[in-house]
Order: sequence, then structure tokens, then C-alpha cells
Amino acid sequence: MGEIDLGLVSWSRAQFALTAMYHWVFVPLTLGLSFLCAFFESIYVKTGKEEWRNLTKFWMTLFGINFAIGVATGIIMEFEFGTNWSNYSWMVGDIFGAPLAVEGIVAFFLEATFFVVMFFGWDRVSKGFHLFSTWMVAIGSNLSALWILVANGWMQFPTGMAFNPDTVRFEMQNFWEVLFSPVAIAKFTHTTSSSFLVGSLFVIAISSWFLMRGRHIDMAKKSIVVASVFGLFSFVYVGFTGDESAYVNASTQPMKLAAYEGLWEGERNAGLVAVGALNPAKKPGDDKDSFLFEITIPKALSLMANRDTDSFVPGIDDLVYGNEAEGIVGVDKKMERGKQALHHLTAYKEAKKSGDEAAAQTALASFKVDQDYLGFAYLTSPEEAVPPVQTTFYTFHIMVYLALFFGFICIAYLVYSLKGTIEQKRWLFPLGIASFFLAMLASQAGWAVAEIGRQPWAIQDMMPVGVATSNIAKGNVIATFWMFTALFTLLLFAEVKIMLNVIKKGPEGSK
Amino acid sequence: MIGNLDISILQQLWWIIASIVGSLFLFLTFVQGGQTLLWQVAKNSTEKALVINSLGRKWELTFTTLVLFGGALFAAFPKFYATSFGGAYWVWMLILFTFIVQAVSYEYRKKPDNVLGEKVYELFLLINGSVGILLIGAAVGTFFTGSNFIVNDFNQSRWTHPLMGVEAAFSLFNLSLGLFLVFNARVIGAMYLINNIDHSVAPELETRLRKACLINLICALPFLLYVLGSLLLMDGFGVDESGVVSIVAGKYLANLLAMPQVLVLLLAGLVLVVWGVISTSFLGGYRGIWFGGLGTVLVGLAVFFTAGFNNTPFYPSKADLQSSLTIYNASSSHYTLTAMSYVALVIPFVLAYIVYVWKLMDSKKIGQDDINDSKAY
Repeated sequence: MGEIDLGLVSWSRAQFALTAMYHWVFVPLTLGLSFLCAFFESIYVKTGKEEWRNLTKFWMTLFGINFAIGVATGIIMEFEFGTNWSNYSWMVGDIFGAPLAVEGIVAFFLEATFFVVMFFGWDRVSKGFHLFSTWMVAIGSNLSALWILVANGWMQFPTGMAFNPDTVRFEMQNFWEVLFSPVAIAKFTHTTSSSFLVGSLFVIAISSWFLMRGRHIDMAKKSIVVASVFGLFSFVYVGFTGDESAYVNASTQPMKLAAYEGLWEGERNAGLVAVGALNPAKKPGDDKDSFLFEITIPKALSLMANRDTDSFVPGIDDLVYGNEAEGIVGVDKKMERGKQALHHLTAYKEAKKSGDEAAAQTALASFKVDQDYLGFAYLTSPEEAVPPVQTTFYTFHIMVYLALFFGFICIAYLVYSLKGTIEQKRWLFPLGIASFFLAMLASQAGWAVAEIGRQPWAIQDMMPVGVATSNIAKGNVIATFWMFTALFTLLLFAEVKIMLNVIKKGPEGSK
Repeated sequence: MIGNLDISILQQLWWIIASIVGSLFLFLTFVQGGQTLLWQVAKNSTEKALVINSLGRKWELTFTTLVLFGGALFAAFPKFYATSFGGAYWVWMLILFTFIVQAVSYEYRKKPDNVLGEKVYELFLLINGSVGILLIGAAVGTFFTGSNFIVNDFNQSRWTHPLMGVEAAFSLFNLSLGLFLVFNARVIGAMYLINNIDHSVAPELETRLRKACLINLICALPFLLYVLGSLLLMDGFGVDESGVVSIVAGKYLANLLAMPQVLVLLLAGLVLVVWGVISTSFLGGYRGIWFGGLGTVLVGLAVFFTAGFNNTPFYPSKADLQSSLTIYNASSSHYTLTAMSYVALVIPFVLAYIVYVWKLMDSKKIGQDDINDSKAY
């Protein structure tokens, strides 16, 4: 392995973040709106009322505009693992590639095939088959999310695999462990449920705009009822799955949990920070205060992390420098063992090359003692194992505060809809409109917590991002970074303009 | 059951599966071919709308097949995925850019307030159909002409040419293969449009399409002949039983002779494409696409099989022969190939519902109603 080019690593990360964030502007809407379209159309088929058909077609038009750009920004995600993270692709392709291929086989074709029927089949197929197709698009979209999130979950919690020193890669040992890992399940359920919420708030926002302008009132009210019910269920589900995600983080990624809770020193009966401002001068291992101010909920963090209010939750310093009393091995010790593992692996490869089988077996036996720490060999200091705490902490808290706000929005819209007074609650409409944009922010913030919070690892404890990149000159990545920035911004601008035009026109047959 | 198979069998099986997906993609490039024909065969807005709406019902299948091709290669041959995508950076990036702009073009082209205007989205479709397919052809060409990379003891690869993959397009063989694919896509694109459109709306479009089908076959022929001639005469890359790669005179001719069934696939494929053109351009038939499409699939299979089987490294390295990738040294583990093989059992069901929906949706040809629909492209 050569020297790590930090510029290349940073630009590769920047490009991946850029393309992923752009892609994620469109995906949650696809996941949520696809089910809403299926609900709307189911009501149409059940009631046979024309206004539900028009309403369904209206939301489908918006779905289609969004879907196209989601597909456009998605293709690069599939290939970017190879173009920009080729060392990663080799090291874990044996495990990571499988979910991507399964995604293509079982999910993408379902979407692509039935999308055509959903859009162009209104007068070509029966009502029932059309409805079936709309459901297939919704299921296909969410199935594709399942597989990519299984892949991502595996990066956060590598399981069901073993390192093969001959091929110098990690190889799958148990497909079911990869598929049903607790992190994968938590990730899939939390991501999809939050996307359902985004989709619901999109419908609420546009319907609120119609109500504000006094247009398409009947259609808007009908849409709000369905969206607020779906949104409320999703909100509750998001809460449960979010709690489960944190619980899983405690055992699989304790550093991430400590970062998004701003917990520098571990404690028993640890409190959950409800509101707080981090001390920006705080560094690992120093004695400075962690917060400028904070309000905590007593014992709640211990409860969330371990389901036990008296339990110990390790802080950043415990994880970096170790805590003998709690049986936590520090990063410095892991780095030492990682370097030993790398040394023995290199010796093994050299012995194999020169045909010295006895030396190879000796080196292999030594390697196996420390192989679990191989990834730590590439860290330059124990403190490098600490993710950006400020970003992780604030994005996490923004996400949680906004989620609570979305719960309020869904409840308010549902209650006033059931009372039949929603039209008069004009004060609610600006909040309803804002909720969609805030939902997009919360959704992006969620990914920021997940991905920034696991730095410096591409694969938790096994492969830091520094050794995962392709071996290419930085200039290439800088060039494509700006090309993607320009193209995706332009396409996003076009998408928004087209959507606004469709929204302004409103559904057919409605005033 | 599958788990009891020897890894070499699984590696061959996955090369066959990847080849089938790749070949189906080549068939589905009738969408790209149709896109490049747009400005040539559609002379007014009605004709243009018919062509776009006909292709617009299929573009996602092509797109998804390309994505699956990438995913299958990642899962089954991760060293190829890592080496080629991470090294031939620019050629893949340029291909991807052409597909990114394609994906929005159908949906956005006719929508009010689309920022770029109708013509720009049509230009995107043209670029995707021409540059995109040309570069894919050039990339496939490197299976025979080799690439510039080295792989170290840790199986990490490094590209050695400063153009990072674009150099592939400057080889006459690769370029010819790319151009052949572009013209072949136009041939089958014309056949598909003949089959899929209700020409009573635009009879002149039909005449132009039938002519375009023949003209593009004629344009494709010199490139095809050059590729075939070169393939039969060129020195190729071979790998012996101990895994040592060397240059072998007449390797690909030897492959075809050693695997006569592949030679049959190639010849049958070419005959079917030509028959598709004859039936479309001379006999007034509407089913040329099925002959041309099947022919394209067979030719594609022959190309991939010639590249990967009979002790041939499918991704040879010119920079370091011993870094060349074979289906045996580039593959996933036995366990992963087994697990993926079980997943692949779903493929016939996937194909079945695609065929069913295709038939259902195409039972009525694209006509006036479709281009007047509010959802029309």
C-alpha cells in the first residue's frame, strides 16, 4: 500500500457526499409518494369516483418528475464505488456487491417495468392491473431501498464475513447474517419510515398551498386526510426505529453514539442531552467542559443505549484512550495490534511469493492473532478515530427536533380534517408548507449523522476511508466533482421549475 | 445443491449470466439507436412525438439492464469492477454522464418551464445514443485489445495511462466496435419503431424508418468487417494452466474454432440481423426487431464468450501481462457466487413479467391518443 493522498481522499469523499446528497433529495419523496399514490388509487378503485382518479393522476405526475431525476442521480451511485473507491470495491466487493446485484434483479426491474403501466396504462390495462402496477412501483422502490441499506448497514456493522489473506479481501460467510443484521434492519426501517413522512409532508405542503390560495379545495382536503394519517403512522414508526437505531449504535458504533450525544467522558446513569451547545474548544483527552450549556434528561441515555438506567455509556475519551475498569480497549492499543497484523500479512504474502511455505504459515498464524485490528494499522493517531463531533451532534439534534415538529403537523392536520375545520386554520398552512422543506433538511441531517458519525471508517473498524479510494490523481476527482455539481444543480433547478408549473396548474377537472 | 458445484463451474456460470445481461443490454440499445434517429426520421412534431413516446416506454428497461450489468459484475467479478471502473475513470464517467442526461430527457423535454428547452433535451438523447454507445463499444473492445493497468500483491490496481481509459477510443479496433454498436443500435432502433408505432398517423415516417434500417446496416458493415477481420487475425491474450498470461498468435480465431458453438452463435446472430433488415426494408415486415434483437443478443454472447472462455483473460493488461484478469482470478468467493446463483433463479420470473407487461402495453401501437395524452412525453 502506498502513501495516502489526503487531498484525493477528501475530494473523493466530497464527491460521494455531493452525489449522495443530491440523490437523497429525490429518493425519500419517491419512497413516500409511491405509497401515497397507491393509497389514492386504491380509494379511486374502491369508490369509482372520478375526483380520486384525477387526484391520483396529479400526484403521479409529480411523482414521475421526481422519479426521473432520482433515476438520473442514482446511476452514478451504483458505479461510483468502482470509479472512486476501487480499493474498497476489491476489499469488500465479495460481500458488498451482492446486495447491489440483488437490488438490480428484484427491485429495479419491478420499478422500471410497472412504472410504464402506472403512467401510460390508464387506458391500456384494466383498473385492477393498473392499481397492481402502482403498488408494484411502490414495493419495488422500497425493495431497492432495502438492498442498498443492507449494503450500507453492513459497512456500519460488518458481519457474516471473514478476511482471506490469500486474496487480501473480506469474503462473505453468511448471507443471512448480512441481510438480517440488526443495523441493516434498523437502517431500513428508520430510513423508509422517515421517507414516508417526507412524502406525507410533501402532499400536506402542496395541499396547504392550494387551501391558502382557495384553489382545488376538495382535492386538497382529501389529500390531506390520507397524507396526515400516513404521516402520523410514519412519525410513530420513525420514533420507534430511531430509538432502535440508537440502541444498536451503542453496541456496534459506540463512538458514533458518543459523538451525537456529545459525551466525552463515559458515565453510569448517563443523561440524554435535550438541549445544549458544545464547547467548540474541546479536544480529546483535555479537561475542558464538554458543553457551554446543556439541559439533560437524567438517566435517559443509559436507558436508550443499554435499556438499563444504571448502565455505563462510554464517552469519546474512554473509546480513544481506553477504560480498564469498564473493559474498553483504547485505539492506541488497537493501532499497535493492527500494525502487527499488517506486518505479518505482508510477511505472509512475501513468503508465499518466494515459495517459503513454512515462513508463510508462521506469518499467517501471527496475523490471525491480530487480524481483527487490521484497519487500525492505517490510523496515524488515536485521536483520528474521533468523528467530527460538532457536526454529528448538531445534525442529530436538528433531526430529532424537526421530527417532533412533524409529529405536531400530522396530528394538527388530521384532527382539524376530522373536525372538518381545516380550511379555517389558515395559521397552520405556512407551517404545513415549511414542514416539507424542513423534512428534506431532517432527512439529509439523518444521513449526515450516519455517515459523518462513522468517520474515519469506510467500513467500521476494518477499513478507514484513507485506504478505500481509487489509485487515481486528485485532479480527476476534482474535475468530476465540479461536473456533477454543475449538472445536478442544473437538473435540480429544471425539476423544481417543472414541478412548480405542474403544481400551479393543479389537477385536471378541479378548480 | 448449487453450493456443491466446483468454483470454476460457478465462475463460468456467472460469466454466462453477465454475458446474457450484457447482450440483452445490447439488444435494448434500440432505445439509444432510436434516439439518434430522431432528427433524421421525424420531420414534424407529430412524428417526433410518436418516436419519443414509443422509445419513452422502454428507456428505463435499457437503463436498468445497464445498472444490473454493473451490479452483476461487481458481485461476481469484483476485481474487474474495481480495476476497470477505478482505472478507466474517464471513459466510464463519460458513459455515465450520457446516461444521467438521458434519464431526465424523456420526462422533461415537453414540460413547460423545463429551463433548457426541448432541443437541448433532444440533444441529450442524441449524445446518449451516439457518444454513450460508442464509448461502451470501445470499453468492450478492450476485452480484446487490452488495457493499461497493473495489479499489486494486495490485488489493488493502478491505471498506467494518463488518459485514464479514454485511450481505448483511440484504438481503431475499439473505435470500430463502438461505431458498429452505434449503427447496429440505429438498425434495431428503426426496426423497433416500425414495430411499435401506428403508422397510419404518419405514413412517411414508416418509409423513412425502413430506409434508415437499410442505410444504417450498410454503414455498420465496414466496421463490422474490420472488427471481425481483426479479431480473426490479431494476436490475443492467453493464460496457461499455471495462470501465466502470454500473447498468443491468432488466439481469438483459435477460440472460435475451439468453441464451434460460439462460432455458430456469431454467424446465426449476424444472419438474423441481416434477415431483420431484409424483412423490414424490402419485405415490408413489422417483426424485424425480433430477428434483429435476437441476432444482436447472439452476437453479444459470442463476443463475451470469445473474450472470457477457452483460457482467455477477459480483461487483459498491456502494461503487465500477469496483471490480466480472468474469470477465475477476478471472481467472488465460492460462497458469494453460490448465494448469487440462488438469487439468479429469480431472473426467469423477472423476464416473464417484463415480457408479459411488454406484450400487454404494446398490444395497441403508439398512436394519436398516446401523444395527445396528458402524460405523454
